[in-house]
Amino acid sequence: MAAARTESLRDAYGQTLVEIGQNDPNVVVLDADLSGSTRTALFGKQFPNRFFNVGVMEPTMMTVAAGLALGGRTVYASTFAIFAAGQAYNAVRQSICYNHANVKIVATHGGLLVGGDGGTHQMLEDLGLMRGLPGMSVIAPADAPSTRAATRAVAEFDGPAYIRLTRENLPTVTDGTFVLGRAAELRSGNDLTIVAAGAVVARALEVAEELHKVGVEARVLDFASIKPFDEKALLRAARDTGAILTMEEHTVLTGLGALVAATTAESYPVPVRRLGVPDVFGESGEPWALLDRFGLSKERALEEAWELLRLRGKVQ
Amino acid sequence: MESAVGRSRPEELAERALEVRRDVIRMTYTAGSGHPGGSLSVTDLVTALLFAEMRIDPAQPNWPDRDRLVLSKGHAAPALYSAMALRGFLPRDELLTLRRIGSRLQGHVDRNKLPGIEASTGCLGQGVGMAVGMALDGRLAGRSGRVYTILGDGECQAGLTWEALMAGGHYGLDNLVVILDRNRFETDGATEDIMGIEPIVDKFRAFRYETLDIDGHDFGAILGAFAHARATKGRPTAIVARTVKGKGVSFMENQFAYHGKPPTKPEAERALAELGTHL
Ligand SMILES: Cc1ncc(C[n+]2csc(CCOP(=O)(O)OP(=O)(O)O)c2C)c(N)n1
Ligand SMILES: [Mg+2]
Repeated sequence: MAAARTESLRDAYGQTLVEIGQNDPNVVVLDADLSGSTRTALFGKQFPNRFFNVGVMEPTMMTVAAGLALGGRTVYASTFAIFAAGQAYNAVRQSICYNHANVKIVATHGGLLVGGDGGTHQMLEDLGLMRGLPGMSVIAPADAPSTRAATRAVAEFDGPAYIRLTRENLPTVTDGTFVLGRAAELRSGNDLTIVAAGAVVARALEVAEELHKVGVEARVLDFASIKPFDEKALLRAARDTGAILTMEEHTVLTGLGALVAATTAESYPVPVRRLGVPDVFGESGEPWALLDRFGLSKERALEEAWELLRLRGKVQ
Repeated sequence: MESAVGRSRPEELAERALEVRRDVIRMTYTAGSGHPGGSLSVTDLVTALLFAEMRIDPAQPNWPDRDRLVLSKGHAAPALYSAMALRGFLPRDELLTLRRIGSRLQGHVDRNKLPGIEASTGCLGQGVGMAVGMALDGRLAGRSGRVYTILGDGECQAGLTWEALMAGGHYGLDNLVVILDRNRFETDGATEDIMGIEPIVDKFRAFRYETLDIDGHDFGAILGAFAHARATKGRPTAIVARTVKGKGVSFMENQFAYHGKPPTKPEAERALAELGTHL
């Protein structure tokens, strides 16, 4: 994984929006005074008539988005994750999800990798909030190519979706495809499974590589599609490998790890270890150093992996 | 509690404000991120509050009868941190830890990290409501302390701001002073191009505020407005302070590009030269 090319997910999103806009005059884009950061400004420049930067009013952006969608438009609405899923939560719930409005929320700046802005801006609860909403599709791409694919994929169905993007550039780790409801196996193995989503998928692969050096083969599953959730892939992994480590840049209380633990407990119980942010807010700091500080270091992941292997009797 | 610094004259305030502006440039440059534009526009207001208007005591940040400041536009943290350091709330050499891991100086002000910060903010639209709550609390308790809150003009697009303002007017909170940093710009451009907030003075009046329209870089006008607010009974005061985003650094003035972008090294050097100093 060492010298993998890194790319901006936000650029990938903004560029893809422009392509979508070129092919479909029905697409409308909204933002809330962060269009330079979210890259919706690229769409706004090309299609000023179909772009509405409503200012600092995220709940109203979501209600307006719903209104446009109920009139038959395909709507993309963007701001930072803290504002999209946090500030605007009930507008998303009521106006978008309850109406089953065709609004695609693309939230940038998810998680700790926001860095310096600090805990107020590091959204760690959005995947939990959004996956709790009936009818909502929830996606956390791991790299720029899959961001492009996911941005296109959500236009293909009628109904709400939430895509969480990362501020930092990320290495390319997927083959650039995205299928809603399908987990992607990025690495095969039968000793252990690492389930991850979003920015930490690259770290999951690094952990697998370390394990490989000492003869342990970890399967790595990219669960970019958090909802709908690929239960089959998860249970197959539980059966094949007998132990699951989850990694997410999100609170462990309500995120991917919680989902994996609940799903396996119900259908095929195996030991699960959840790596993510514990029950605390983030804080200011250099983005990647924050991942280490808040429980997502490679060392910590390796410790948990060895603990799982011991539990399964695969090592002493 | 009226200490000597508590009665600074306009010239002394101007000197302090210059120090704050220098710090804002050094801090955002060193951190490599942050919001210089809205920190520089609010500098004179914050300086006037901390050095002339507010009854505060760095030795007792939790003194019950103190005046309180809620920086609703929490991204202007560098200006407040600097003024607080000059006023004795924290060592000045701590300023350059802004946004570093483990620092008390979070990207947005954090009351659980730094004593003297009254309320943690960062998500726009929530400061006025907390200030209303503090003013209600003060009135209930019969305390003399007054409550000040500073909001941005982009922040005036947020519905929460107006809900809270409505509450302040409804409850007739004459211990509440709302200060609008009317610098005309938000992140993506001019407020009036993105989502117009005018006529803003009329809006405050309609929400039952004693409303003053002043030059937010004129210390005489700022202190006059605070005195007017103190004399106003039965309703809160709103001060629409006309400011310049990026004030004091020529190439940042009225340039929304510097809303959330720190200066590069050459830019920081140029800015500090304009402010009569160096890196
Ligand atoms: C609810 C919310 N939405 C978006 C942001 C991101 N943001 C930070 S500052 C800013 C622009 C604010 O403009 P203004 O209030 O005019 O601030 P100033 O010009 O005083 O810096 C935005 C959109 C935020 N902090 N909170
Ligand atoms: Mg402004």
